[in-house]
Amino acid sequence: MSFAWAKQYEPKTPFTKWMDEKLPLPRLVYSAVGAGYPVPRNLNYMWNFGVLAGFCLVLQIVTGVVLAMHYASNTEVAFAQTEHIMRNVSYGWMMRYAHANGASFFFIVIYLHIFRGFYFSSYKAPREMIWLLGVVIFLLMMATAFMGYVLPWGQMSFWGAKVITGLFGAIPLVGETLQTWLVGGFAPNDSTLNRFFSLHFLLPFVIAGVVILHIWALHIPGSSNPTGVEVKKESDTVPFHPYYTSKDGFGLGVFLILFTFMVFFLPNTLGHPDNYIEANPLSTPAHIVPEWYFLPFYAILRAFTGDLALFGVTLVPAKLLGVIGMFGSILVWFFLPWLDKSPVRSGNYRPLFKKFFWFGLVPTMIILTICGGLPAEEPYVVLSQIATAYYFLHFLVILPIVSQIEIPKPLPFSITEAVLGKDDDGAAQPAE
Amino acid sequence: MASTAEGDQDGVRRRDWIHIAALSTAGVGGASVLFPLVSQMAPTADTLAASTTDVDVSGIEPGQSIKATFRDQPLFVKRLTADEIAEAQAEDSADMRDPQTLADRLGEDNADILVNLGVCTHLGCVPLGAGEGEDKGEFGGYFCPCHGSHYDVAGRIRKGPAPTNLAVPEFEFASETVIRVG
Repeated sequence: MSFAWAKQYEPKTPFTKWMDEKLPLPRLVYSAVGAGYPVPRNLNYMWNFGVLAGFCLVLQIVTGVVLAMHYASNTEVAFAQTEHIMRNVSYGWMMRYAHANGASFFFIVIYLHIFRGFYFSSYKAPREMIWLLGVVIFLLMMATAFMGYVLPWGQMSFWGAKVITGLFGAIPLVGETLQTWLVGGFAPNDSTLNRFFSLHFLLPFVIAGVVILHIWALHIPGSSNPTGVEVKKESDTVPFHPYYTSKDGFGLGVFLILFTFMVFFLPNTLGHPDNYIEANPLSTPAHIVPEWYFLPFYAILRAFTGDLALFGVTLVPAKLLGVIGMFGSILVWFFLPWLDKSPVRSGNYRPLFKKFFWFGLVPTMIILTICGGLPAEEPYVVLSQIATAYYFLHFLVILPIVSQIEIPKPLPFSITEAVLGKDDDGAAQPAE
Repeated sequence: MASTAEGDQDGVRRRDWIHIAALSTAGVGGASVLFPLVSQMAPTADTLAASTTDVDVSGIEPGQSIKATFRDQPLFVKRLTADEIAEAQAEDSADMRDPQTLADRLGEDNADILVNLGVCTHLGCVPLGAGEGEDKGEFGGYFCPCHGSHYDVAGRIRKGPAPTNLAVPEFEFASETVIRVG
């Protein structure tokens, strides 16, 4: 792990020496996020989001554990209990708003983290495992966030639960049995609410476990960097502490300013008014939408309106196609390290890839997010269909082809040269 | 004695048998607790017990629907008008995703009481159309606002993403005026 020039932990006081022998935890911290972890010197602010995501996870666990002390997962009282937290529990309103907005901010951070990965091809060798674990974390986050949204037992909670568990009903043969088993009934009921609460409490700790694996896998090759050129020598790196602890600290400050602004001044902006109506199994809200962070995937789900048929025989019904499309849109990320064959990592040195990223993938995600929040009417359905088609083309066709035909720009000799304009070791590289 | 403990002829040892027996017992034991662990998530006995619903249909005028509850889900009970029956029968042979005739959907000895689960077969929203003044969709039956599925007068899927017709639960006439669903 880490580079040859990484500084080693040296305990100085008798206590730390004693500790180092019995349980070298300070040594672990020193080598993982301290002065003993050399990091590329040229990381920009896009590299803040890993630490910010970790902060969000801690924030969600702390506020969540506190909320669980006051919540009751019983359909008779859950809705009222949520209002009890808002009105009667001391600072309950703050904990709940921080938790609800914390989920949104967690997704904002994670999306920026993922798109940093897309642009700088952070998924490429030798970092495939980091990427794969990251996708696993994202899937766990989606499950956790979905179940958490059911807990207040409002209309959106109930109908979100019904629609999402209904996705499993699309699986051939076993779908309906599976759906009934997942829900524990024929429609979301008390059993559903209880198991969702239990799992919503459990999964964040599972996420924390996978995060540890994610960081462990990261620390083997070390962080990528904006040039995509691997670290060669000591002058390419700086110690994590104090350089990146302070840079991440600044980023955290900016994050907290935005976050507290939302919590204290716009706490319900990202939510839905319908969720302040108690769940009613007999009446669907006129317009069901998931939380904003699921909208692109929801748009993909709804984009499949026709059956896949051959000579009039339905091979795959529209409903199953939509479900496959939605899950496939994330599962395709698992194959990214092998779909993108370009030896160059950073989008900065890949002119064609860069165009498809900024004018293809990014607008597609924006269109899907907007369409996912609008009713299933024209022209939004056709727009979602075009965007869905591009989304899959981008990953499955465009990326492999671009990585074959593109002529990348010349890469700097080293990170040192990229930063200083010259590198004495890179003899053939003239300084400007 | 050491030789019998370590093994006898053909290289078969007593310990092999102990290994196999111990691992098999642990495996079967582990697998047998898996079943209750999975099964506990199935619907509870009280949820399953509430599985029949009686609906009095005497008060439903032709063209009128009522909403009841069956297994925690909405149930649409509708008395079709003569026009609606004629329309549904005329379209019996139309090109449909899930072909069914009106007679299939009404069942035997039932001229006009259409019983449907009010659960869109796409992802489970409650379709509109059973209530007064609600959008009945392009085929005059039910319309699901979630993802735009249109059902016809007989609750058959005609347009949109839903894969099958609205479910017709098993029911019988418990008396002249009461149907028993489930």
